[in-house]
Amino acid sequence: MFDGRDPIYLQIADQIRGDVLAGRLAEGEQVMSTTQYATTFRINPATAAKAFARLVDEGVLYKQRGVGMFVAEGAQDRLRELRRESFFAERLLPVLREAEVLGITAAELVHQIGRGAEAGAPSAGAPAANNGGER
Amino acid sequence: MTGYAVSARDVSVRFGDTRAVDEVSLEFAAGEIHGLLGRNGSGKTTLLSTFAALRRPAAGRVLVDGEDPFENERVMEGVCLIRESGDVLELAKIPENLRYFANARPTWDADFADELVDAFELDRRKPVNRLSRGQQSAFGAVVGLASRAPLTVFDEVYLGMDAPSRYRFYDLLLADYVEHPRTIILSSHLISEVERLFAGVAILEEGRVLLAEDADTLRSRGTAVTGPSAAVDTATAGLTVLSTRELGRTKQVTVYGDLDEAALAAARAADLEIDAVPVQDLFVHLTNREPS
Repeated sequence: MFDGRDPIYLQIADQIRGDVLAGRLAEGEQVMSTTQYATTFRINPATAAKAFARLVDEGVLYKQRGVGMFVAEGAQDRLRELRRESFFAERLLPVLREAEVLGITAAELVHQIGRGAEAGAPSAGAPAANNGGER
Repeated sequence: MTGYAVSARDVSVRFGDTRAVDEVSLEFAAGEIHGLLGRNGSGKTTLLSTFAALRRPAAGRVLVDGEDPFENERVMEGVCLIRESGDVLELAKIPENLRYFANARPTWDADFADELVDAFELDRRKPVNRLSRGQQSAFGAVVGLASRAPLTVFDEVYLGMDAPSRYRFYDLLLADYVEHPRTIILSSHLISEVERLFAGVAILEEGRVLLAEDADTLRSRGTAVTGPSAAVDTATAGLTVLSTRELGRTKQVTVYGDLDEAALAAARAADLEIDAVPVQDLFVHLTNREPS
Protein backbone atom coordinates (compact mmCIF):
# COMPACT_ATOMS: atom_id res chain seq x y z
CA MET A 1 0.00 0.00 0.00
CA PHE A 2 1.23 3.48 -0.89
CA ASP A 3 4.60 2.41 -2.24
CA GLY A 4 4.43 4.22 -5.57
CA ARG A 5 6.67 7.12 -6.53
CA ASP A 6 4.07 9.81 -5.86
CA PRO A 7 3.81 11.44 -2.45
CA ILE A 8 1.58 9.38 -0.16
CA TYR A 9 -1.10 12.07 0.04
CA LEU A 10 -1.54 11.95 -3.74
CA GLN A 11 -1.83 8.17 -3.60
CA ILE A 12 -4.47 8.42 -0.88
CA ALA A 13 -6.41 11.01 -2.89
CA ASP A 14 -6.21 8.74 -5.92
CA GLN A 15 -7.49 5.78 -3.98
CA ILE A 16 -10.50 7.72 -2.68
CA ARG A 17 -11.24 9.06 -6.18
CA GLY A 18 -11.15 5.46 -7.40
CA ASP A 19 -13.58 4.38 -4.67
CA VAL A 20 -16.00 7.19 -5.55
CA LEU A 21 -15.71 6.46 -9.26
CA ALA A 22 -16.42 2.75 -8.79
CA GLY A 23 -19.33 3.48 -6.46
CA ARG A 24 -17.66 1.82 -3.49
CA LEU A 25 -18.10 5.18 -1.77
CA ALA A 26 -21.58 6.51 -2.49
CA GLU A 27 -22.43 10.20 -2.75
CA GLY A 28 -23.39 11.55 0.66
CA GLU A 29 -21.56 8.71 2.37
CA GLN A 30 -19.12 9.52 5.15
CA VAL A 31 -15.47 8.72 4.51
CA MET A 32 -12.98 7.60 7.14
CA SER A 33 -11.76 10.31 9.48
CA THR A 34 -8.18 11.55 9.43
CA THR A 35 -7.57 9.58 12.62
CA GLN A 36 -9.05 6.39 11.23
CA TYR A 37 -7.07 6.83 8.05
CA ALA A 38 -3.84 7.53 9.89
CA THR A 39 -4.16 4.59 12.26
CA THR A 40 -5.49 2.15 9.66
CA PHE A 41 -2.63 2.77 7.25
CA ARG A 42 -0.11 3.90 9.91
CA ILE A 43 0.64 7.18 8.23
CA ASN A 44 1.19 10.68 9.53
CA PRO A 45 -2.22 12.31 10.16
CA ALA A 46 -1.06 15.44 8.35
CA THR A 47 -0.53 13.31 5.24
CA ALA A 48 -4.12 12.04 5.37
CA ALA A 49 -5.39 15.56 6.09
CA LYS A 50 -3.52 16.88 3.04
CA ALA A 51 -5.21 14.27 0.84
CA PHE A 52 -8.64 15.20 2.21
CA ALA A 53 -7.95 18.92 1.76
CA ARG A 54 -7.10 18.29 -1.89
CA LEU A 55 -10.29 16.32 -2.45
CA VAL A 56 -12.33 19.07 -0.80
CA ASP A 57 -10.70 21.57 -3.19
CA GLU A 58 -11.63 19.35 -6.11
CA GLY A 59 -15.23 19.11 -4.91
CA VAL A 60 -15.04 15.35 -4.43
CA LEU A 61 -15.51 15.59 -0.67
CA TYR A 62 -17.11 18.16 1.55
CA LYS A 63 -16.54 18.84 5.20
CA GLN A 64 -19.27 19.05 7.79
CA ARG A 65 -17.81 20.77 10.80
CA GLY A 66 -17.59 18.56 13.83
CA VAL A 67 -19.06 15.59 11.98
CA GLY A 68 -16.60 14.58 9.28
CA MET A 69 -15.99 14.30 5.55
CA PHE A 70 -18.61 13.19 3.06
CA VAL A 71 -18.68 12.37 -0.64
CA ALA A 72 -20.05 15.38 -2.50
CA GLU A 73 -23.18 15.34 -4.63
CA GLY A 74 -22.22 14.80 -8.28
CA ALA A 75 -18.66 13.75 -7.42
CA GLN A 76 -18.90 10.48 -9.34
CA ASP A 77 -20.01 12.20 -12.55
CA ARG A 78 -17.33 14.85 -12.29
CA LEU A 79 -14.62 12.26 -11.70
CA ARG A 80 -15.89 10.15 -14.57
CA GLU A 81 -15.69 13.17 -16.84
CA LEU A 82 -12.08 13.84 -15.78
CA ARG A 83 -11.06 10.22 -16.14
CA ARG A 84 -12.58 10.04 -19.61
CA GLU A 85 -10.48 12.98 -20.68
CA SER A 86 -7.30 11.23 -19.58
CA PHE A 87 -8.37 7.73 -20.62
CA PHE A 88 -7.08 7.88 -24.17
CA ALA A 89 -3.71 9.39 -23.36
CA GLU A 90 -2.99 7.45 -20.20
CA ARG A 91 -4.67 4.09 -20.77
CA LEU A 92 -5.31 3.51 -24.43
CA LEU A 93 -2.09 4.90 -25.88
CA PRO A 94 0.14 2.41 -23.99
CA VAL A 95 -2.13 -0.44 -25.16
CA LEU A 96 -1.84 0.73 -28.77
CA ARG A 97 1.95 0.93 -28.45
CA GLU A 98 2.10 -2.55 -26.99
CA ALA A 99 -0.18 -3.83 -29.78
CA GLU A 100 2.15 -2.36 -32.35
CA VAL A 101 5.14 -4.12 -30.78
CA LEU A 102 3.20 -7.39 -30.79
CA GLY A 103 2.05 -6.92 -34.38
CA ILE A 104 -1.65 -6.78 -33.48
CA THR A 105 -3.60 -4.93 -36.14
CA ALA A 106 -6.20 -2.26 -35.56
CA ALA A 107 -8.87 -4.55 -37.01
CA GLU A 108 -7.93 -7.29 -34.57
CA LEU A 109 -8.11 -4.83 -31.67
CA VAL A 110 -11.54 -3.60 -32.71
CA HIS A 111 -12.69 -7.21 -33.01
CA GLN A 112 -11.42 -8.02 -29.51
CA ILE A 113 -13.05 -4.93 -28.03
CA GLY A 114 -16.35 -6.04 -29.56
CA ARG A 115 -15.96 -9.54 -28.13
CA GLY A 116 -15.02 -8.11 -24.72
CA ALA A 117 -18.30 -6.26 -24.59
CA GLU A 118 -20.23 -9.45 -25.46
CA ALA A 119 -18.33 -11.42 -22.81
CA GLY A 120 -19.87 -9.29 -20.09
CA ALA A 121 -17.50 -6.38 -19.67
CA PRO A 122 -19.54 -3.23 -19.12
CA SER A 123 -20.51 -1.88 -22.52
CA ALA A 124 -19.52 1.63 -23.49
CA GLY A 125 -21.84 4.33 -22.28
CA ALA A 126 -23.69 2.27 -19.68
CA PRO A 127 -23.13 3.73 -16.24
CA ALA A 128 -21.51 1.25 -13.89
CA ALA A 129 -23.49 2.65 -11.00
CA ASN A 130 -25.73 -0.38 -10.53
CA ASN A 131 -24.12 -2.74 -8.12
CA GLY A 132 -24.18 -6.43 -8.78
CA GLY A 133 -22.53 -5.83 -12.11
CA GLU A 134 -19.14 -6.57 -10.64
CA ARG A 135 -17.31 -9.47 -12.17
CA MET B 1 -0.35 24.44 23.03
CA THR B 2 0.89 22.46 20.06
CA GLY B 3 4.27 21.43 21.36
CA TYR B 4 7.80 22.68 21.71
CA ALA B 5 10.06 23.35 18.77
CA VAL B 6 13.63 22.09 19.07
CA SER B 7 16.56 23.80 17.50
CA ALA B 8 20.12 22.45 17.56
CA ARG B 9 22.77 24.86 16.33
CA ASP B 10 26.31 23.63 15.72
CA VAL B 11 25.97 21.20 18.60
CA SER B 12 29.01 19.08 19.48
CA VAL B 13 29.35 16.51 22.23
CA ARG B 14 32.69 14.83 22.91
CA PHE B 15 33.57 11.73 24.85
CA GLY B 16 37.31 12.03 25.37
CA ASP B 17 38.74 12.29 21.88
CA THR B 18 35.58 11.01 20.22
CA ARG B 19 33.16 13.47 18.71
CA ALA B 20 29.87 11.64 19.34
CA VAL B 21 27.94 14.61 17.96
CA ASP B 22 29.85 16.84 15.59
CA GLU B 23 28.55 20.32 14.75
CA VAL B 24 24.97 19.21 14.28
CA SER B 25 22.40 21.78 13.21
CA LEU B 26 18.81 20.58 13.01
CA GLU B 27 15.35 22.09 13.40
CA PHE B 28 12.37 20.11 14.67
CA ALA B 29 9.18 22.07 14.06
CA ALA B 30 6.60 22.25 16.85
CA GLY B 31 3.61 19.92 16.73
CA GLU B 32 4.94 17.43 14.23
CA ILE B 33 6.18 13.85 14.30
CA HIS B 34 9.86 13.68 13.39
CA GLY B 35 12.11 10.75 12.66
CA LEU B 36 15.73 10.75 13.75
CA LEU B 37 17.45 7.91 11.95
CA GLY B 38 20.96 6.58 11.96
CA ARG B 39 22.94 3.43 12.43
CA ASN B 40 24.02 2.29 15.88
CA GLY B 41 26.66 4.65 17.20
CA SER B 42 25.71 7.48 14.83
CA GLY B 43 25.06 9.86 17.72
CA LYS B 44 21.25 9.76 17.93
CA THR B 45 21.00 8.99 21.63
CA THR B 46 23.70 11.52 22.54
CA LEU B 47 21.98 14.27 20.56
CA LEU B 48 18.57 13.45 22.02
CA SER B 49 19.96 13.50 25.55
CA THR B 50 21.03 17.12 25.00
CA PHE B 51 17.37 17.96 24.20
CA ALA B 52 16.38 16.52 27.58
CA ALA B 53 19.23 18.33 29.36
CA LEU B 54 20.84 15.04 30.41
CA ARG B 55 23.98 16.24 28.70
CA ARG B 56 25.32 19.67 27.95
CA PRO B 57 26.87 20.24 24.53
CA ALA B 58 30.62 20.96 24.53
CA ALA B 59 29.88 23.54 21.85
CA GLY B 60 26.83 24.96 20.16
CA ARG B 61 23.33 25.56 21.49
CA VAL B 62 20.19 23.54 22.01
CA LEU B 63 16.95 25.50 22.26
CA VAL B 64 13.72 23.85 23.36
CA ASP B 65 10.69 26.09 23.05
CA GLY B 66 13.17 28.91 22.52
CA GLU B 67 15.19 28.34 25.70
CA ASP B 68 18.23 26.39 26.84
CA PRO B 69 16.72 23.33 28.58
CA PHE B 70 19.69 22.90 30.93
CA GLU B 71 18.56 23.41 34.55
CA ASN B 72 15.44 25.05 33.14
CA GLU B 73 12.49 23.85 35.17
CA ARG B 74 9.78 25.38 33.03
CA VAL B 75 11.04 23.74 29.85
CA MET B 76 11.99 20.43 31.44
CA GLU B 77 8.50 19.88 32.85
CA GLY B 78 7.39 19.68 29.26
CA VAL B 79 10.15 17.43 27.95
CA CYS B 80 9.83 13.67 28.19
CA LEU B 81 12.65 11.46 26.93
CA ILE B 82 12.03 7.73 26.95
CA ARG B 83 15.04 5.61 26.14
CA GLU B 84 15.25 1.91 25.54
CA SER B 85 15.71 1.28 29.26
CA GLY B 86 12.29 2.82 29.83
CA ASP B 87 13.39 5.75 32.02
CA VAL B 88 11.07 4.73 34.85
CA LEU B 89 11.43 3.74 38.52
CA GLU B 90 12.71 0.23 37.94
CA LEU B 91 12.34 -1.12 41.45
CA ALA B 92 8.77 0.11 41.85
CA LYS B 93 5.59 -1.51 40.58
CA ILE B 94 3.55 0.12 37.83
CA PRO B 95 0.95 1.84 40.07
CA GLU B 96 3.70 3.53 42.12
CA ASN B 97 5.40 4.63 38.90
CA LEU B 98 2.15 6.10 37.63
CA ARG B 99 1.64 8.07 40.84
CA TYR B 100 5.20 9.38 40.59
CA PHE B 101 4.79 10.58 37.00
CA ALA B 102 1.37 12.07 37.77
CA ASN B 103 3.13 14.32 40.28
CA ALA B 104 6.14 15.08 38.12
CA ARG B 105 4.31 15.92 34.90
CA PRO B 106 1.75 18.70 34.69
CA THR B 107 0.30 17.32 31.44
CA TRP B 108 -0.04 13.71 32.72
CA ASP B 109 -3.33 11.94 31.93
CA ALA B 110 -3.92 9.27 34.60
CA ASP B 111 -6.94 7.66 32.91
CA PHE B 112 -5.08 7.38 29.64
CA ALA B 113 -2.10 5.84 31.48
CA ASP B 114 -4.37 3.15 32.95
CA GLU B 115 -5.90 2.44 29.55
CA LEU B 116 -2.43 2.08 28.06
CA VAL B 117 -1.28 -0.31 30.80
CA ASP B 118 -4.31 -2.46 29.93
CA ALA B 119 -3.75 -2.10 26.19
CA PHE B 120 -0.20 -3.45 26.52
CA GLU B 121 -1.38 -6.10 29.03
CA LEU B 122 1.27 -5.11 31.56
CA ASP B 123 1.49 -6.84 34.94
CA ARG B 124 0.81 -4.27 37.67
CA ARG B 125 1.94 -6.59 40.49
CA LYS B 126 5.65 -6.89 39.70
CA PRO B 127 8.43 -4.34 40.05
CA VAL B 128 9.20 -2.97 36.60
CA ASN B 129 12.65 -4.56 36.50
CA ARG B 130 11.03 -7.99 36.91
CA LEU B 131 8.88 -7.56 33.79
CA SER B 132 10.05 -9.03 30.50
CA ARG B 133 12.21 -6.80 28.32
CA GLY B 134 9.29 -6.24 25.97
CA GLN B 135 6.98 -5.28 28.84
CA GLN B 136 9.58 -2.88 30.23
CA SER B 137 9.86 -1.19 26.84
CA ALA B 138 6.08 -1.06 26.56
CA PHE B 139 5.85 0.56 29.96
CA GLY B 140 8.34 3.19 28.82
CA ALA B 141 6.05 3.81 25.86
CA VAL B 142 3.06 4.12 28.24
CA VAL B 143 4.87 6.76 30.31
CA GLY B 144 5.92 8.65 27.18
CA LEU B 145 2.40 8.67 25.75
CA ALA B 146 0.53 9.44 28.99
CA SER B 147 2.90 12.28 29.85
CA ARG B 148 1.52 14.18 26.83
CA ALA B 149 4.65 16.30 27.11
CA PRO B 150 4.90 19.16 24.58
CA LEU B 151 8.19 17.53 23.55
CA THR B 152 8.09 13.75 23.70
CA VAL B 153 11.12 11.80 22.54
CA PHE B 154 11.10 8.04 22.06
CA ASP B 155 14.65 6.82 21.62
CA GLU B 156 14.43 3.27 20.26
CA VAL B 157 11.89 2.40 22.97
CA TYR B 158 10.27 -0.18 20.76
CA LEU B 159 13.42 -2.26 20.36
CA GLY B 160 12.46 -4.75 23.05
CA MET B 161 8.83 -5.03 21.98
CA ASP B 162 7.55 -7.79 19.73
CA ALA B 163 5.91 -6.83 16.45
CA PRO B 164 2.28 -6.80 17.70
CA SER B 165 3.25 -4.53 20.62
CA ARG B 166 5.17 -2.21 18.31
CA TYR B 167 2.19 -1.85 15.99
CA ARG B 168 -0.07 -1.26 18.98
CA PHE B 169 2.35 1.47 20.03
CA TYR B 170 2.30 3.14 16.59
CA ASP B 171 -1.52 3.03 16.50
CA LEU B 172 -1.93 4.43 20.01
CA LEU B 173 0.65 7.12 19.29
CA LEU B 174 -1.10 8.26 16.10
CA ALA B 175 -4.58 8.23 17.61
CA ASP B 176 -3.44 10.21 20.64
CA TYR B 177 -1.37 12.60 18.55
CA VAL B 178 -4.42 13.54 16.50
CA GLU B 179 -6.35 14.36 19.68
CA HIS B 180 -3.41 16.02 21.41
CA PRO B 181 -0.93 17.38 18.88
CA ARG B 182 2.58 17.83 20.26
CA THR B 183 6.16 17.54 19.11
CA ILE B 184 7.23 13.92 18.91
CA ILE B 185 10.67 12.68 17.93
CA LEU B 186 11.13 8.98 17.24
CA SER B 187 14.54 7.52 16.75
CA SER B 188 14.74 4.14 15.13
CA HIS B 189 16.51 1.95 12.72
CA LEU B 190 13.33 -0.08 12.01
CA ILE B 191 12.69 2.41 9.26
CA SER B 192 10.20 0.58 7.08
CA GLU B 193 7.83 0.29 10.04
CA VAL B 194 7.90 3.92 11.04
CA GLU B 195 8.80 6.08 8.06
CA ARG B 196 5.19 6.84 7.13
CA LEU B 197 4.54 8.25 10.58
CA PHE B 198 7.00 11.07 10.01
CA ALA B 199 6.44 14.56 8.69
CA GLY B 200 10.19 15.18 8.70
CA VAL B 201 13.24 12.96 8.71
CA ALA B 202 16.84 13.60 9.76
CA ILE B 203 19.60 11.06 9.31
CA LEU B 204 22.78 11.11 11.37
CA GLU B 205 25.98 9.42 10.29
CA GLU B 206 29.09 9.36 12.46
CA GLY B 207 27.83 12.25 14.55
CA ARG B 208 27.01 14.47 11.59
CA VAL B 209 23.82 15.34 9.73
CA LEU B 210 23.67 13.28 6.57
CA LEU B 211 20.36 14.80 5.53
CA ALA B 212 17.28 16.51 6.94
CA GLU B 213 14.16 16.78 4.80
CA ASP B 214 10.43 16.57 4.91
CA ALA B 215 9.39 12.95 4.51
CA ASP B 216 7.57 13.34 1.19
CA THR B 217 10.65 14.93 -0.35
CA LEU B 218 12.89 12.18 0.97
CA ARG B 219 10.57 9.53 -0.44
CA SER B 220 10.79 11.12 -3.87
CA ARG B 221 14.59 11.34 -3.74
CA GLY B 222 15.33 7.79 -4.71
CA THR B 223 14.52 6.25 -8.07
CA ALA B 224 15.27 2.78 -9.36
CA VAL B 225 15.72 2.61 -13.12
CA THR B 226 15.61 -0.86 -14.66
CA GLY B 227 16.08 -2.05 -18.24
CA PRO B 228 18.68 -2.84 -20.88
CA SER B 229 22.16 -1.81 -19.64
CA ALA B 230 22.94 0.73 -22.35
CA ALA B 231 19.58 2.48 -22.04
CA VAL B 232 19.85 2.57 -18.23
CA ASP B 233 23.34 4.06 -18.49
CA THR B 234 22.06 6.78 -20.82
CA ALA B 235 19.13 7.60 -18.56
CA THR B 236 21.22 7.80 -15.40
CA ALA B 237 24.29 9.55 -16.81
CA GLY B 238 25.37 12.43 -14.59
CA LEU B 239 23.13 11.40 -11.67
CA THR B 240 24.23 10.33 -8.20
CA VAL B 241 24.27 6.55 -8.35
CA LEU B 242 23.69 4.79 -5.04
CA SER B 243 23.84 1.23 -6.26
CA THR B 244 24.03 -0.84 -9.42
CA ARG B 245 22.86 -4.38 -9.98
CA GLU B 246 23.21 -6.36 -13.15
CA LEU B 247 21.48 -9.51 -14.24
CA GLY B 248 22.53 -10.55 -17.72
CA ARG B 249 21.75 -7.62 -19.98
CA THR B 250 19.34 -6.08 -17.53
CA LYS B 251 20.62 -3.45 -15.20
CA GLN B 252 19.05 -1.73 -12.23
CA VAL B 253 20.52 1.54 -11.08
CA THR B 254 19.34 3.32 -7.96
CA VAL B 255 19.87 7.06 -8.21
CA TYR B 256 19.53 9.81 -5.63
CA GLY B 257 18.26 13.26 -6.38
CA ASP B 258 15.55 14.91 -8.41
CA LEU B 259 14.69 13.29 -11.69
CA ASP B 260 12.89 15.96 -13.65
CA GLU B 261 9.80 15.24 -15.71
CA ALA B 262 11.74 15.33 -18.98
CA ALA B 263 14.22 12.74 -17.72
CA LEU B 264 11.35 10.54 -16.51
CA ALA B 265 9.50 10.85 -19.80
CA ALA B 266 12.67 9.99 -21.73
CA ALA B 267 13.27 6.96 -19.53
CA ARG B 268 9.71 5.76 -20.01
CA ALA B 269 9.90 6.31 -23.73
CA ALA B 270 13.01 4.09 -23.73
CA ASP B 271 10.82 1.43 -22.04
CA LEU B 272 12.74 1.60 -18.79
CA GLU B 273 11.00 0.74 -15.58
CA ILE B 274 10.89 3.54 -13.03
CA ASP B 275 10.25 2.56 -9.43
CA ALA B 276 10.16 4.21 -6.04
CA VAL B 277 12.90 3.36 -3.58
CA PRO B 278 11.67 2.66 -0.06
CA VAL B 279 13.15 5.00 2.55
CA GLN B 280 14.64 1.96 4.29
CA ASP B 281 16.65 1.14 1.14
CA LEU B 282 17.69 4.77 0.66
CA PHE B 283 18.90 4.78 4.25
CA VAL B 284 20.93 1.62 3.74
CA HIS B 285 22.48 2.97 0.54
CA LEU B 286 23.24 6.38 2.02
CA THR B 287 24.75 5.12 5.27
CA ASN B 288 26.56 2.12 3.86
CA ARG B 289 29.51 3.99 2.47
CA GLU B 290 32.91 2.37 2.42
CA PRO B 291 35.13 3.80 5.15
CA SER B 292 37.36 6.36 3.49
